[in-house]
Amino acid sequence: MSGHSTYEPKTGFERWLDVRLPIIRMTYDTALNFPTPKNLNYWWTFGGILALCLGIQIVTGVILAMHYVPQVDMAFNSVERIMRDVNYGWLIRYMHANGASMFFIAVYIHMFRGLYYGSYKAPREVLWILGCIIYLLMMATAFMGYVLPWGQMSFHGAVVITNLLGALPVVGNAITTWLWGGFAVDDPTLNRFFSLHYLLPFVIAGVVALHIWALHVPGNNNPTGVNVKSEADTVPFHPYYTVKDGFAISVFLLMFGVFVFWMPNALGHTDNYIPANPLVTPQHIVPEWYFLPFYAILRAVPNKLGGVLLMFGAIAVLFVLPWIDTSKVRSMRYRPTIRLYFFIFILTCLVLGFCGAHEPADKVIPGVTTFTLGDYDLNTMVWLSRIAALYYFAYFLVITPLVGLTETPLPVPDSISEPVLSHPASGPIGTAAASKKG
Amino acid sequence: MSDTVVGANPDPHASGDDPNRRDFIHIAAGAAAVGAVVGLAWPLIDQMNPAGDTLALSSIEVDLSKVVQGQQIVVKWRGKPLFVRYRTPKEIAEAVAGDHADLRDPQTDEARHKPGKPEWLILVGVCTHLGCVPNFGLGEYGGWLCPCHGSVYDTSGRIRKGPAPKNLAVPTYNFVSDTKIKVG
Repeated sequence: MSGHSTYEPKTGFERWLDVRLPIIRMTYDTALNFPTPKNLNYWWTFGGILALCLGIQIVTGVILAMHYVPQVDMAFNSVERIMRDVNYGWLIRYMHANGASMFFIAVYIHMFRGLYYGSYKAPREVLWILGCIIYLLMMATAFMGYVLPWGQMSFHGAVVITNLLGALPVVGNAITTWLWGGFAVDDPTLNRFFSLHYLLPFVIAGVVALHIWALHVPGNNNPTGVNVKSEADTVPFHPYYTVKDGFAISVFLLMFGVFVFWMPNALGHTDNYIPANPLVTPQHIVPEWYFLPFYAILRAVPNKLGGVLLMFGAIAVLFVLPWIDTSKVRSMRYRPTIRLYFFIFILTCLVLGFCGAHEPADKVIPGVTTFTLGDYDLNTMVWLSRIAALYYFAYFLVITPLVGLTETPLPVPDSISEPVLSHPASGPIGTAAASKKG
Repeated sequence: MSDTVVGANPDPHASGDDPNRRDFIHIAAGAAAVGAVVGLAWPLIDQMNPAGDTLALSSIEVDLSKVVQGQQIVVKWRGKPLFVRYRTPKEIAEAVAGDHADLRDPQTDEARHKPGKPEWLILVGVCTHLGCVPNFGLGEYGGWLCPCHGSVYDTSGRIRKGPAPKNLAVPTYNFVSDTKIKVG
């Protein structure tokens, strides 16, 4: 896909620039004329949406940094000042806070799409791993950003998460002290989190550039998972996908706007409007919604180190997925067996998120007491999250390799064009094509 | 060295020689560069450790005369809560009785207070699970109960139930007088 360029400089200036810095050629080849499979559905629009999300976060974030003070006695008040006194500060902060949630909604859809259509399989392993790195960087950035308003949830969230590293044998305590810059989460911690929170989005932008580069070498995967065979299978990115992405972005921004203007605190926690108090822990500590599945996995394990390792393992397993999956067929459109397990997997992630939002001892079915298994009653969030965590890992480590070896996939089309032409809506030509293929 | 290819890097081992002077210069220069980078990296890493003024603020004095028996006060020490608990004889007896229970982090009550002062229990008020602040007087052992993940501590601050791996830490402290301690 990459390699040949069809750009022809038209004006004298373009010709002059093209032999000095071929930036117009690069833009033309990667963003306008890039040959893209013609059958991409709306699940493929989230890449563009994510780029927009990163842009929104960087622009609003740089503005917020002009008014925010990263100092424990002033941080909370400076955020309130942004909300009340700075011109349009409320808008910019609500865009930034809700923008983080929108970013994660989009990235989760983007990741599930990659899982469903096998976009991580050869030759796109590096593309997938770069995506996993972006996801890790996003989580680190979001976590540190949540600490900055210095409310009760900010502070105690930071305490709990930094203490996770204390679970590591031998070096654990030295690492947490080093991270804190003191003996507890305090001013030095807030300062460095602000510094890194400002830095990491630009690191993400750099890895996004690599991600797009790695995308443009093999080209896009597509809903059939079949490789592009000829130019007939593709359309130029512009105008076909600029328009499609543009429409998806408009719909996405509508939803974004609903949150920013009508329910700006729906995804946050009220306790974070209480200034941080190191001496009182809120009754119920929860992370932001996008971390809840991992928080549930952490709490599912009765052992501190075990819980931490399992939580990081839940993300680490994504990195090796391209080598765990034994199936030669990319798209689950032709893999009915794994498709069922995949939908259960999505449900499992939602169940883990649900468990993470509740206390471990909370009843799943209210008012029903069954019997105590180990440390908790069976009808509790902690047991539900244990079952769900077991399925989470089983899906990657057992089901994915085994189903790939034992399933019988449906017949895969010879080319991207074939199922398009054989679609009932395309009439007699398609019917002929389909019957020819049998 | 060939003089037809100007500027080319000659292969010093073309004839199977031992490392020569040029190799030595390469290795020495490389080692010096690596050493310089490592040496520079350490200040860049160590700057994140507690600074001098942070360390200087690391000890405080606590006046015990304000604490009522059966209660605790919470003081901020090194950014963390410090529990200063004036235990009742009943609580001390319960703690001593717990010495022979099946403890996760075995320690006698004797080892957790200063000799001859069993009524004063000085603890770092940070749950050893993930750092939340346990609530006073709650939980089935009458010690503390952590609100985050339900760790239960007894009246000696020892972990009895829940996910925390260790007892509440006893800081370094000493009695300056009968009614005053110095912590840190």
